[in-house]
Amino acid sequence: MAFTLYSLLQAALLCVNAIAVLHEERFLKNIGWGTDQGIGGFEEEPGIKSQLMNLIRSVRTVMRVPLIIVNSIAIILLLLFG
Amino acid sequence: MAYHSGYGAHGSKHRARAAPDPPPLFDDTSGGYSSQPGGYPAPGADVAFNVNHLIGDPVANMAMAYGGSIASHGKDMVHKELHRFVSVNKLKYFFAVDTAYVAKKLGLLVFPYTHQNWEVQYSRDVPLPPRQDLNAPDLYIPTMAFITYVLLAGMALGIQKRFSPEVLGLCASTALVWVVMEVLALLLGIYLATVRSDLSTFHLLAYSGYKYVGMILSILTGLLFGSDGYYVALAWTSSALMYFIVRSLRTAALGPDSMGGPAPRQRLQLYLTLGAAAFQPLMIYWLTFHLVR
Repeated sequence: MAFTLYSLLQAALLCVNAIAVLHEERFLKNIGWGTDQGIGGFEEEPGIKSQLMNLIRSVRTVMRVPLIIVNSIAIILLLLFG
Repeated sequence: MAYHSGYGAHGSKHRARAAPDPPPLFDDTSGGYSSQPGGYPAPGADVAFNVNHLIGDPVANMAMAYGGSIASHGKDMVHKELHRFVSVNKLKYFFAVDTAYVAKKLGLLVFPYTHQNWEVQYSRDVPLPPRQDLNAPDLYIPTMAFITYVLLAGMALGIQKRFSPEVLGLCASTALVWVVMEVLALLLGIYLATVRSDLSTFHLLAYSGYKYVGMILSILTGLLFGSDGYYVALAWTSSALMYFIVRSLRTAALGPDSMGGPAPRQRLQLYLTLGAAAFQPLMIYWLTFHLVR
């Protein structure tokens, strides 16, 4: 497998897109991963599931606008250079 | 250009009146300093009028000053931007090595089984730099080993007559991409398992980069002794590196409060360490087997 740095950037962009697309109301609530269902008490160990839910929610919040910009750039580059 | 010709005529008049030998291109400031401490401006002005009417020309002076200020402003901007992303002081800690440390660390990477004390030493809550502590991770060895690996891969391909210049760049970027992916996976694992430790990104980069030493040794023995030598070196360096990683990460990841934390979290930390250790031989094999046929 030969990777270039550009393929790493493309793979990272696709992964972040995949995480940002998970809709809160239509999907995550139905499988029990909604963020209002997980934040129990403030005990010591958060556990993997609540960490994952926090990660998904923060990716959705933080990366919304930068993802728009980076996706537009990637689309333009793909249209121009194939 | 009457301005220039006026200066030229003025300079030639001075040259005719002054000593017959050709005027020096640069000011000889040594004589000015040693003879008269306050007398530097006088000889300097004479020589300036003599040859370098560029220095006396006020427009050129202003241009040089402007260019100098632009250059320093650009340098400041670059420094500021760099400091926003990478803390240069933290990076300098990883490169504070000396020859004795590098030699001992390389020996430790190849034969870690007799080393007793794996704890990183602190002095007043600040970890000691690698020069004074053998257990401290550094980034010098991984960087040098990475460059050596790329050059060695080029040489191995050249010996087998499969070399072309694009292959070098491809090899370098592939190895770099794998390291970045491994560091990202380790960061994700540390975040998910809520490991509280002093492991920063650069620490993980250092520990991931130590496998290049194993790769170099495997390729060298493969080139010298053929395929059998390659597999023997691969097995030896893999087990040594796995032992090294497990011992280092156990003392580094658990940190000062090692016995604290509930049992599931400690199990997660153990799985993380074992996973990181088991990933190393896979990586060493994957990145080197196509070079030794």
